[in-house]
Amino acid sequence: MTAIQRKAVDPTAHLSAEDIEALGRELDEIRESVMATRGEADAAYIRKVIDTQRKLELASRAVLLFSLFPPAWFVGTAGLSISKILENMEIGHNVMHGQWDWMRDPKIHSTTWEWDNASPSEMWKHSHNQVHHAYTNVLGKDNDLGYGIMRVDEDQKWSKFYLGQPLWNFINACLFEYGIAAYDLEIGKYLKGRKDKAVFQAEVKRVLAKIKKQAMRDYLVHPLLSGPSALSTLGANATANLVRNWWTHSVIMCGHFPSNIETFTRASTVGETRGQWYLRQMLGAGNISGSKFLHLMTGNLSFQIEHHLYPDLPSNRYAEVAPKVREVFEKYGLNYVTGSLPRQLGSAWKKVFRLALPNDLKDLATRSKPARTRPVATDRVRVAA
Amino acid sequence: MSVIEQPAATRHPLKARLGRLAELVATPLVPSDFSDLIDPLRSSTDLRGRIVEIRSETADAATIVIKPGRGWRAHTPGQYLRIGVDIDGVRRWRAYSLTSPLDRADGLITITVKAIPDGLVSNFLVRRARPGLVVQLDQPTGDFTLPATAPAKVLFITGGSGITPVMGMLRNAIDSLDDVVLLHSAPTPDDVIFDAELRELAATGALTLIVRHTDTEGMLEAADLEAIVPDLAERETWACGPVGMLDLLEQHWAITELKPLHTERFRPALAAIGEGGTVTFGTTDLTVDADGATPLLDVGEDAGVLMPSGCRMGICFGCVTPLVEGSVRDLRTGEITSAAEGDGVLVQTCISAAAGACTLAR
Repeated sequence: MTAIQRKAVDPTAHLSAEDIEALGRELDEIRESVMATRGEADAAYIRKVIDTQRKLELASRAVLLFSLFPPAWFVGTAGLSISKILENMEIGHNVMHGQWDWMRDPKIHSTTWEWDNASPSEMWKHSHNQVHHAYTNVLGKDNDLGYGIMRVDEDQKWSKFYLGQPLWNFINACLFEYGIAAYDLEIGKYLKGRKDKAVFQAEVKRVLAKIKKQAMRDYLVHPLLSGPSALSTLGANATANLVRNWWTHSVIMCGHFPSNIETFTRASTVGETRGQWYLRQMLGAGNISGSKFLHLMTGNLSFQIEHHLYPDLPSNRYAEVAPKVREVFEKYGLNYVTGSLPRQLGSAWKKVFRLALPNDLKDLATRSKPARTRPVATDRVRVAA
Repeated sequence: MSVIEQPAATRHPLKARLGRLAELVATPLVPSDFSDLIDPLRSSTDLRGRIVEIRSETADAATIVIKPGRGWRAHTPGQYLRIGVDIDGVRRWRAYSLTSPLDRADGLITITVKAIPDGLVSNFLVRRARPGLVVQLDQPTGDFTLPATAPAKVLFITGGSGITPVMGMLRNAIDSLDDVVLLHSAPTPDDVIFDAELRELAATGALTLIVRHTDTEGMLEAADLEAIVPDLAERETWACGPVGMLDLLEQHWAITELKPLHTERFRPALAAIGEGGTVTFGTTDLTVDADGATPLLDVGEDAGVLMPSGCRMGICFGCVTPLVEGSVRDLRTGEITSAAEGDGVLVQTCISAAAGACTLAR
């Protein structure tokens, strides 16, 4: 994609300023109609998911105590993988978004939740909720666009480093939880001297302390408890973490990288109205179609568009608002990006491969100046690592 | 929510080591998050209880029998507890007087609740709650209690559900009280909570019971007190009931030479709701006036308070701050959120404005 503002045909050109505000009001109404009906059934839902996930984790870890026995290894690893995915996606991500804060239960609250992921929740909430959700797909602002190690938009400046990005992306998928932690630490920003050293060092300490605790649990304590099954339990836990990393990485790639999802220039967000903010969220995210089970396993991020419009709406309600949101897209002639998991994931990977090369292959041959269709002084893109 | 303290020194070394192992295995959660799956009453960190029975007292009052969880500390008669229940998915906390005797063999405790009009929690407990329900508890508290050595002559003045803390005292201390007068007001005979039990106590001579039915006899007047209780001057008094009654008694005691008066007030939880109001910031104790349209985040920052903040548009929850008491309005939806002290209500300051006087923790 090229930033919407620099496209030959702007897909929002047919909308007047009044249209955009009217669209915003319609989306507000959808939000309020659902928010007003939050209640006991929703509370029961999240408690049930948490209860199920914890029991699944307990049971899987218990089965893995006998992981020398292959069926136990297989069942335990599968259970633990699913448990970790549920914990990160449907529970952790959504609780930390404040989707369940209205219940006033301090045990299920954005301010108290800690998740099974290398990045401490406080740091993740900053980079995800404050930066990514406020500046979604804004070039030079939203580091989720390639995480600072990849070029996923034609308007991001090419360099030789990106030639390896299919490999970087694969490595990031394998080590995703550590990738998120490194990302939340803003290592790139620190290396460029734009982040306070004391703050950075304190954060590194916190991340390492958390990684240590998690590694002790998965790679030391739990294997030791398994006695003769120690090694196979270690392997099972590593596999479960790997499966979780691949899955979450894939789901998240589908949120913003597939084709037809728009990006925006930094200048375009200055003085943005509520309607304009909504419009950017509508065009800056893509959904995954599929079964109820798929939606659950993606933490309902398969409703990425709805999640970006209403980040604090309880996740179990996205399915209900999706048709209403889609009607608004149709009414205002906008493109609702959605597709099956293989299709969206394939599209995202295709982009990773294609944009490893400069926009104009001549630039690769001359190896001189990086490709740039036109100079954009304000859109500096960070490259970490 | 109450935290149960368990000094590490008193724990057995092996138990402490097992505890540390459990913490390692449970991270990033805590072991009690898993033990709660089996028995929420065994939690070593959060005090809870289970409703065992709900006994109707009058048409709109009921006694809730609760099995308290691990860590419950015995109360002093007259004290209250705070109870948290989930109503339509939202946790609500209220305070109710304990009415149980301390020496119950089964260790159960009771509170007695009168459903007040529009009272969310009281109506839920009296009419909707069912045995088996797990509730959040706080340790008993309150200083509306009898001294270790009870005075020779005691007067209790109660109105409506104000009888509950006094019943808690009578059930525990009636044998050590030599001379008790109980002056109780209720609209009609059917509204008298614990009617039969009070009459029985009166019949045995344990106390002198004077019941005033305010629908027919009118409200108690301070001027009537000397006529109703001739030896008023010799009695130390404990009073609990509606705000109007307590105000009247306090005024009377202020201008009359009498023995001490102790009162217990249960203020209604709802603060006055309006457009704007005074905002107090807890960390600095600073109080400023705010209008009904300015986000509390801006109000605080303009006043020099170091406020947590984030996206400033209501999406990131980075500014969430406890609303200690008072009411705020969601600027997007107009929805009012109210809190009383201890409710633990958190609000997003970037999209909330003052709706009446309110206090924020930060």
